[in-house]
Amino acid sequence: MIWLEIPKSLKPLADMAQQVGANVFRPISRKYDAAEHAYPKELDALASLMNGMNAAGSGAGAGAAAGAKDKKAKKERDPNEIINGANLATILGVEQLCWGDVGLMLSIPGQGLGNAAIAAVATPEQLERFGDKWAAMAITEPSAGSDSAAIQTTARLDGDEWVINGEKIFVTAGERADAVVVWATLDRNLGRAAIKSFVVEKGTPGMELIRLDKKMGIRASDTAVLSFSDCRIPKENILGSPEIDTKKGFAGVMQTFDNTRPMVAAMAIGVGRAALEHTRTLLAKEGIEVRYDQGVKSGSAIEAELRRMEAELEAARLLTLKAAWMADNRRPNSVEASMSKAKAGRTGTEIALRCVELCGAAGYSEDDLLEKWARDAKILDIFEGTQQIQLLIIARRLLGLTSAQLR
Amino acid sequence: MNYIQQHDGDRFAGVDRESEVNVLNQAMGISLRLLTKVAGSPLIERYGLNEPLNRLLRQGTEVGFEAASKAATAFKKVVKQDKPARVPTASDKPKLFDLTPTEEQEMMKETFERLAEELILPAIEKADENCEAPDEVLNAIHEMGLVSLTIPAELGGDSETRSPLTNLIALEALAKGDLGMALAAAAPLSVAAALVDFGTADQQGKYLPGLAGEEFVPAAIALIEPHPGFDPYQLRTRAHRKGSSFVLEGRKSFVPLAARAQLFLVAADVPGAGPRLFLVESGTPGLEVRNSPSMGARAAELGEIKLNSVEIDESALLGGDAGADYNLFIARGRTAISALAVGQSQAVLDYVIPYANEREAFGEPISHRQAVAFTIADIAIEVESMRVLMLRAGARTEYGEDIVREAHLAYLLAAQKSMQIGSHGVQLLGGHGFVKDHPVERFYRNLRAVGIADGGLYL
Repeated sequence: MIWLEIPKSLKPLADMAQQVGANVFRPISRKYDAAEHAYPKELDALASLMNGMNAAGSGAGAGAAAGAKDKKAKKERDPNEIINGANLATILGVEQLCWGDVGLMLSIPGQGLGNAAIAAVATPEQLERFGDKWAAMAITEPSAGSDSAAIQTTARLDGDEWVINGEKIFVTAGERADAVVVWATLDRNLGRAAIKSFVVEKGTPGMELIRLDKKMGIRASDTAVLSFSDCRIPKENILGSPEIDTKKGFAGVMQTFDNTRPMVAAMAIGVGRAALEHTRTLLAKEGIEVRYDQGVKSGSAIEAELRRMEAELEAARLLTLKAAWMADNRRPNSVEASMSKAKAGRTGTEIALRCVELCGAAGYSEDDLLEKWARDAKILDIFEGTQQIQLLIIARRLLGLTSAQLR
Repeated sequence: MNYIQQHDGDRFAGVDRESEVNVLNQAMGISLRLLTKVAGSPLIERYGLNEPLNRLLRQGTEVGFEAASKAATAFKKVVKQDKPARVPTASDKPKLFDLTPTEEQEMMKETFERLAEELILPAIEKADENCEAPDEVLNAIHEMGLVSLTIPAELGGDSETRSPLTNLIALEALAKGDLGMALAAAAPLSVAAALVDFGTADQQGKYLPGLAGEEFVPAAIALIEPHPGFDPYQLRTRAHRKGSSFVLEGRKSFVPLAARAQLFLVAADVPGAGPRLFLVESGTPGLEVRNSPSMGARAAELGEIKLNSVEIDESALLGGDAGADYNLFIARGRTAISALAVGQSQAVLDYVIPYANEREAFGEPISHRQAVAFTIADIAIEVESMRVLMLRAGARTEYGEDIVREAHLAYLLAAQKSMQIGSHGVQLLGGHGFVKDHPVERFYRNLRAVGIADGGLYL
């Protein structure tokens, strides 16, 4: 039954996330933007609150770890029954939290992107061991970003242990997390099929924090450079199968993205909505209000611009909800996940930048958060697959082309 | 659950029914009624349209068969009724976010996509050239129940529950063939749907049996006006009260089937009262029509009507004193135009994909180039963006939620993106896109219409 509204059952969760965004994040938003790399200790109290939110969402979580909890429940479900589950709940929670502050959202203990990776492919034993840990994600290397098949970090089986060697950059929450999910290749000659992900717990000898990067935005979130020299982890820490299946190729590790891309899309929607709502509030004081009961060509130029941005944002939001809904109902959603990320990434950035312009010098000044949101938004069109990578994925699928044909 | 009892008894009181049962019965009922109507039609076998119908029928033949004979007797010319027949929309508001169409919606989509491909496409070149929608195409679409499924049985139709969303899905499917032809096909439906929702008992009794009849009856909403910057909330067409009459003065453009419509639903401003809708029959003194061949949407037979002191009885005011909900009228028009935009934009996407894979340049298919591939990916993203906004507004309509905001946003996005998509479609084919060997130049011209039609349909 086609219905594109937020279900009542998930509203308490979204409301609670909005409260956190408004009352926990916003008041300290500027503080941790200025004090880059300082640990936002105010967030420690949030870890337990997030668990409360998970309970409020009828078993569905607001953060990245939510998928894990849903997985247990999946077994007994009627395959034809439509559900609104953990993926949708996550989208709603993430959007609201990022409406508060995306940098701080990325710093909530226990809600790392690595958790989504674990949730997507972990065995029950691994869920038991890692399910409650804060897990960061380490994919990018100094010479391999979008081309993640070209990573150089290696994993070699030595008895009962994997031995990891290499360097990882752009690791969100890399300093603060309890564990890092590391992409490494079992054999550089076997291409993408040989790339696997491994859970490396904090404090494992051989894993070292090199430095934290200084950034334009999401400065509350620590972005680490990690090195691995003969870093030994238990054999059981590999996520997914250790077999190198050249037919299946990248599918194993890439599967994670089907869950995390809509999440990043939700982040962009949160930031974009924050900017748009705030801009509307500021402009309302100047007597500019948005009305829908008039011709689409009527009203001032600024008003028309506000409506246009709202339409774009709404479209991005619905595409994201759709991708999450498909994941909840176990329908393949790679294309939809990429569409949501592409649309939301560019829309969030465009809206945040445009809102600064519409509000003029007030929007550009650090007296207001608009300029911060415009700095924060840009990364959301980059990490978890840039705009261009999403377009490649969508185009290859639509056109039926391989990565060798459409490069 | 006994289907017969539900059908003959309290048909619309099913608030506490299992919604699944409800949907299945609705779909089955509709397929039965459709089949009864069209069983003799050569279209059915020629185009294999019996497949989607039969599939639904197989699901519950033993409980559903009686409805067919009942529906078949439901054609009369004039119907007297004491009070207006309102067809209820769906009653149980869904509890979950969901994008699963009902069986009925899937059937409609499949049927009308087939019609678009098998009937509209072969006829479109001539129709576009001559600004003429062939009767056999309009009649075929009509035969498939596009209008009658919205009109209640007591007034000659086949409708038990009114589903604006299903109509939107059907319209999107038709527009994959041609936006203009779909606009023409949906024009009488729009007048009928407005009569069902707002008409008085007499207005319904007078017009709906005719519109529901076996032949396609041309009728259209006349909303748009020819001046630049048209705003449906600031109509220049006026209706002045004069005793027990109204006198209409003004001009309307972008009216589908204008030259041959037998009935117009004219939007005019009543000074002091605001916008109202009037039923104006062709042949009314002072009413002039002319063809207005346009850049695109030519198969819609667009035209203008001129109202020179057209005096009509106050009984022609849609809905009588209570009037019609004008906000809803405009919002639903915007949603419907969005559905046209989605269908025609999808046609662009469906055409450029194989083209880009087959056309070679610099020694390989042009689809291997990012400049081409990314444009196609963008088209796909925006078609889907338009579609989810349209569906959201449509679903809210279905369950009586306010849609003024949602329809505005859906239409706004549709107007902007569909124009870009039309332009991309031609660009991707280069010079070949500019010549009439390929349909993309028609899509380009048609899609420019989306931004012009700020309302003008009603599903």
